[in-house]
Amino acid sequence: MGTCLADLYYPEVGLAGMQLLRREGLDVIYPKKQTCCGQPAFNSGYRKEALPVARSLMKCFKKNIPIIIPSGSCAGMIKYHWSELFSEEPDYKQAISVSNRVFELTEFLVDNLQIKLTDLGKPTKIAIHTSCSCRNEMRVADRIESLTSQLSNVDVSIQERKKECCGFGGTFAIKQADISGAMVKDKTDAIKATNADKVISQDCGCLMNIGGALSKQQSQITSQHIAEFLWERTNESS
Amino acid sequence: MNNSKDNILNNLLKHSIENKPSKIVDKESHKPLSNKKKIESLKSILESVRAEVHLLKYNGLNDWINSELSKRNLSRVLIGDSSIQRNLGLTFSDDLDVSYYSDSIESWKDKLFNDIDVGITTTIGAIARTGSLVLWPNSEEPRLISLVPDVHIAVVKVDEIYETFSEVIEKQNWSENMPTNALLISGPSKTADIEQVLAYGVHGPKELIVLIAS
Amino acid sequence: MSQVNLFTRRINKALSNNQLQTSFRSAMSYLMEKRLSRFPDYEKLQLSRNKSNSIRANSVSNLGDLLLTLESNLTKNGIKVHWAENATQANEIIHSILNNANAKTVVKGKSMVSEEIELNEYLVDNGIDILETDLGEFLIQLDDDRPSHIVMPAIHKNKFEIARTFSDNFPDLKYTEDVDEMTQQARIVLRDKFSHADAGISGVNFAVAETGTLCLVENEGNGRMCTTVPNLHIAVTGIEKVVEKLENIPPLFDILPKSATGQECTTYFNMISGPRKDNEKDGPKEVHLVLLDNGRSRVSRDSSINEILNCIRCGSCINHCPVYVKLGGHAYGTVYPGPVGIVFESLIQGLDKAGALTSACTMCGACAQVCPVKIPLPKLINRLRNESIEGLGSDSVLGKGSMKKPLEAGIWKGWRFIYSNPLVCLLFVKTMTRMRLFVPTNIGKWSKYRNTPKPGKRSIEDIARIAGFTNE
Repeated sequence: MGTCLADLYYPEVGLAGMQLLRREGLDVIYPKKQTCCGQPAFNSGYRKEALPVARSLMKCFKKNIPIIIPSGSCAGMIKYHWSELFSEEPDYKQAISVSNRVFELTEFLVDNLQIKLTDLGKPTKIAIHTSCSCRNEMRVADRIESLTSQLSNVDVSIQERKKECCGFGGTFAIKQADISGAMVKDKTDAIKATNADKVISQDCGCLMNIGGALSKQQSQITSQHIAEFLWERTNESS
Repeated sequence: MNNSKDNILNNLLKHSIENKPSKIVDKESHKPLSNKKKIESLKSILESVRAEVHLLKYNGLNDWINSELSKRNLSRVLIGDSSIQRNLGLTFSDDLDVSYYSDSIESWKDKLFNDIDVGITTTIGAIARTGSLVLWPNSEEPRLISLVPDVHIAVVKVDEIYETFSEVIEKQNWSENMPTNALLISGPSKTADIEQVLAYGVHGPKELIVLIAS
Repeated sequence: MSQVNLFTRRINKALSNNQLQTSFRSAMSYLMEKRLSRFPDYEKLQLSRNKSNSIRANSVSNLGDLLLTLESNLTKNGIKVHWAENATQANEIIHSILNNANAKTVVKGKSMVSEEIELNEYLVDNGIDILETDLGEFLIQLDDDRPSHIVMPAIHKNKFEIARTFSDNFPDLKYTEDVDEMTQQARIVLRDKFSHADAGISGVNFAVAETGTLCLVENEGNGRMCTTVPNLHIAVTGIEKVVEKLENIPPLFDILPKSATGQECTTYFNMISGPRKDNEKDGPKEVHLVLLDNGRSRVSRDSSINEILNCIRCGSCINHCPVYVKLGGHAYGTVYPGPVGIVFESLIQGLDKAGALTSACTMCGACAQVCPVKIPLPKLINRLRNESIEGLGSDSVLGKGSMKKPLEAGIWKGWRFIYSNPLVCLLFVKTMTRMRLFVPTNIGKWSKYRNTPKPGKRSIEDIARIAGFTNE
């Protein structure tokens, strides 16, 4: 799955994820008709709108094979919240079948594939931001470290209050824009204090938030999704 | 008023809830603490919250209490009654002004609040894992002895140190027979309400002295 | 002004208050660290949480029966039980008990329920002198202020403000900014009040049905003073605080102080099972318990939301909330702030009165991770958002659908049209990528704090096919 956010703004992330999996010998399918897991509407209280959207996505993944998603937030929605969304629906069982086959990308790379990485990139210092959904829902917070620790030219610095939410929260960033702004400022202050070159995350939403704020503050620190970061640094033709 | 009770209960009882949660069996099993470890745990936790702890022989209580009260200028002493005093083997020296809590609080409240330096009580046990003393105040040892005076001296029998609160409740069969007031005391009174800075001696005793007697 | 606008006003005030930002950041970090130090073993913590959850869920599922047992045993012990459906009834009951005993001066321990019913204001209006004795609440009362946290009510005050409060109210006392000295001053002032008050009022942490026992947790000693010195003690509690058996108490007393303030246990644990017996020499001669409903019975009927009643008021969810730390307690405008406040207040008051609070959450889940009784707070907040708009739930939820907004609903309908139709979606994404240079990146307030990228040059669908990935 690509995620609706990556489809619009970060397509390289979707591609990088697929390329990493293909390189490990997997046959990777990208269903054309995929749309969105329904989370934006679900979290905003619009379950009646979320349901048909989620249903449309569900239809793309009928095959009994793992579904890999480069986002803890989308993976979490399908894995843990589709049961509530579809609870009174006739296709509840199909929804659960999809829920049970969902993996977040770094989770799959580390736990299922035990991926081995060789760092071909230049020395760099990074800060890692684990999304709240990766940490608290999918419980895969440390998979990103398992991957970056294999990269010999990458130094990881740890920012203050690493576990604290960056303030994205999907539509929260629009509905409570000022609180979100205050939260992302705390997050970017903490990251800037580490002197990292780049901040890496498993979730594009957090990246759009943190990266966008860093850019607005005219910081030199860039932001990148872990999938893209890994692919660039370990792919020979990069 | 009966109407209110009925209204509330009707709201609650007529809608029975389908999913009663299953009881969780207590899987907690660990090697019980030795007596030595129990004493150590009790002492160290109490000391970490600024209680003073001393290990004494039962027949050494008298000397310790008399000499320390004198040294610390805690001359106005309150104890439950003469039977408690006898049980602790105490003969108070003449320079101490000893009061027994023999009358109801109404008749001598001002003196209790203003003219007593230290209250001495027994305990019915202590809890090693939480650093707590267990008290069941009663007619011989009323509640306020361990609350009002600035200093509280509590005597714990070494063979009455339990490991956990659950153990106390079970072994002493509390559910059959609760007293008017049962207390766990785990240190001198304190607060962190001002900028989270810990300050001792708020409304309860400023000092807690625990004498573990064997 | 609508509840949303009022909330926005309070939010803006909080966000621009630098002192608030500093105090809360420091206090919450401190409390989180202290709590963590008490739970070094993850597995053991989960066992404790499961146990506490099971005890509390049992209470909530059996409230009717347990309250009857509680009343029966309390009555056998000599404690008089009163039932109050709402705040007005509770206040009237308490007032009448005080009147019957000719009690004009009251000392009070900390009780969130008493804040909920606005007891102090009611009694003062009726000529009763009521004094808060918990140090934090005492300071709040002197300043005519409101608590900003359910466990540490004066967390928003710094020591200079407190020093000024003391010297303004007690001009005879020496001015000091030293915390120990201020504490001693409070001790002196309040001691006199304890010894002369006609009545003491307290809350209840747990009410044990099996033995008819009221359990109170505290550090300062003021709770024991209020419930032991005066001749009359009135305890007031929400009906959900009942616990079935005495053996349920140690696990709850174990996890509560650790979760709340990172303490091994509180200085005092006070278990009251009756008034002064004939041969006893102190303790109140009359003890009353007021059981407050105020919407709790309505909430308890719906098992999809009644988990909020498991709450043991530890404040841990509040301490870990990344939104609360930016807003402080007052911004919520309710007695209970933070995650527990969002759910509890929305349910008790109704979504039409407090539903705006449901927007103050990023769904980060930090609260659910730490709740000692495993209340699924983000799930409940999400559910309440849904109820505030679509309103299809049970009659346990008040104010359903009261926050529907036609424009917003229209936008989501549009979104649904695009994203539930794969061909429309493909066309939409294609258009966005082809027209990317014309897609606005200035999106209202979002852009106040961030730069937004332009859409990608191609969709994933496009680049995936180029890279040789198949559709099926």
